Amino acid sequence: MKFEGTSSYIATEDLKVAVNAAITLERPIIVKGEPGTGKTMLAHEVAKSLNAEIITWHIKSTTKAQQGLYEYDAVTRLRDSQLGDEKVKDIKNYISKGKLWNAFESDKRPVLLIDEIDKADIEFPNDLLLELDKMEFFVYETGETIKAQNRPIVIITSNNEKELPDAFLRRCFFHYIKFPDPNTMEEIVEVHYPDIKKDLIQEAFKIFYDIREVPGIKKKPSTSELIDWLKLLMTDDVDAKILREKDPKKLIPPLHGALLKNEQDVHLFERLAFISRRENENVE
Amino acid sequence: MFINFFFDLKQASLPVSLKEYLMLMEAMNKRVVDSFNVNDFYYLSRSALVKDERYLDKFDRVFGHSFKGLENPEGETTKEIPEEWLKLMGQKYLTDEEKKMIESLGGWDKLMETLKQRLEEQKKRHQGGSKWIGTGGTSPFGAYGYNPEGIRIGQKEGKNKKAVKVWDKREFSNLDGDVELGTRNIKIALRRLRKFAREGAETELDLDNTIKSTAHKGYIDVKMMPERRNKIKVLLFFDVGGSMDAHVKICEELFSAARTEFKHMEYFYYHNCLYDAVWKDNNRRYNDNIKTWDVLHTYPSDYKVIFVGDAEMSPYEITYPGGSVEFWNEESGETWLTRMLNVYENAIWLNPIPERYWDRIASTSIIKQIFSDRMFPLTIEGIDQAMRELNK
Repeated sequence: MKFEGTSSYIATEDLKVAVNAAITLERPIIVKGEPGTGKTMLAHEVAKSLNAEIITWHIKSTTKAQQGLYEYDAVTRLRDSQLGDEKVKDIKNYISKGKLWNAFESDKRPVLLIDEIDKADIEFPNDLLLELDKMEFFVYETGETIKAQNRPIVIITSNNEKELPDAFLRRCFFHYIKFPDPNTMEEIVEVHYPDIKKDLIQEAFKIFYDIREVPGIKKKPSTSELIDWLKLLMTDDVDAKILREKDPKKLIPPLHGALLKNEQDVHLFERLAFISRRENENVE
Repeated sequence: MFINFFFDLKQASLPVSLKEYLMLMEAMNKRVVDSFNVNDFYYLSRSALVKDERYLDKFDRVFGHSFKGLENPEGETTKEIPEEWLKLMGQKYLTDEEKKMIESLGGWDKLMETLKQRLEEQKKRHQGGSKWIGTGGTSPFGAYGYNPEGIRIGQKEGKNKKAVKVWDKREFSNLDGDVELGTRNIKIALRRLRKFAREGAETELDLDNTIKSTAHKGYIDVKMMPERRNKIKVLLFFDVGGSMDAHVKICEELFSAARTEFKHMEYFYYHNCLYDAVWKDNNRRYNDNIKTWDVLHTYPSDYKVIFVGDAEMSPYEITYPGGSVEFWNEESGETWLTRMLNVYENAIWLNPIPERYWDRIASTSIIKQIFSDRMFPLTIEGIDQAMRELNK
């Protein structure tokens, strides 16, 4: 089992090594990086390339570790017992399986994505230590032990909102996805839109990286936003010339809403576009 | 052969553990990568040993050192005094009194010129004496010396604490939250600042209500309620660098304790006094700072504000525009502090310097006044009092 990137996902060399190490050693891998650099995508792509089932567990601030294992619905059982339902005699009817249980049960080695683990409570990762280490847990209500038939490939993403405990980190591989350089970015775009016009890309890239360079921009546009923007440019069949527009009244290129997500940034962008075009004129 | 590398990493105080090393060995053993390829080994070891992007850079340097013998991980930084700093110094606005003091050496321009000249003349390290830049001595230039209008260069901890400008390009070490020892007491003191409320999703059984409702309806009717949570929101401002270096440990402890205690906590760094910008990462403080206005506009007034700093500086760093030791501030520190206090009703200042010295330091008295006496010593007892004050 080896991950080599897919036709729709460009994986850098270091990312491949980290993922393969995690697959071989059957340990979880933590993926961090700027928003929109493809952390969540990675899990889907790994699953696709290994032809494995993907089980995703999205973490919210209210998510508890126990929910990933199983939940015992005592309240429904109590109610059913009042109504004299036959179901009540078997406790198994009231245990609903969590994502980890599903992953452990799987016949073929699945990919388990634990998405945005940092959103949960600070103790959350600690509560999963043993389960992820041994890949087994105990169900108190029925007295059975659930053990992974095939240790799933666990991919954990984090946006760095909270620091993860050391004990948890020690058991994982780690990879930080850097923001792609223009060359990698070009490959990424090509994977998504093979028939995009070269000159359109060039103009769009210039604007995109310029925006990212602006000091003080509130929300830097990310890879996924660039891809969206290019898609819009293509569907509207915008010509590269329009991106090079010199009329000061049309400084903001079309469909900028895909890149800039608040009005202060739009204002900054106006200034930037003005400067960069003036530079262009000087060169020409 | 990798053992040395592992110890190098340990020595460079990267948080690597035996478990991670064994994990790396296991990966090598299982031929995850071709062991003859240095690049692949680098990627693999990085992924296995480094668990936080903060350490990536350090790891790279240690790796380079261990396997290629390229350079020392600590890396010697050359210190140069930039031209524009010299210029900026010249424009400095000072009070009449201070100007007079500077006259003793022939005024600012003269002072700057002499400094530059001497910097050029001087090639070696110097100590003592009264002319050369070095440590000790009575020359107005250099560190550890005493001269009222002295300029501090390359000094780690303030001695007389009166230098007009701090010229050290210090490494403002980021406070890290890892320090666990000794934080328990602080946590308990911080616990005074709690305001519980039930908000959000209903996840807990409301026993009283369930019994009431069941009795009323004649069948079991389960009532739920949201979990009880501490809804206190806190903004922490830390003074870093300069005279605060001596208090780093206690600040780290406070930071670490506060982080686990408060769910809604934001922290910012400043230097000496609050001006028009603060920052969240000391390494990028010059590029990635946050406008103080943005802070005031982002966080609503129900946030509680805690300033941590020794409040020890030249008085004009607070009271005059352009008083900052690091850049030209358009508005005085006092203006910014007052603005902050106008927005946030509940604000206090924690001072690591023992209370008995406060009256002797002019700047401390000024800040204490601005904060209407809400300054507390950074001790367990002081924090305790401070939290009571914030709870009012």
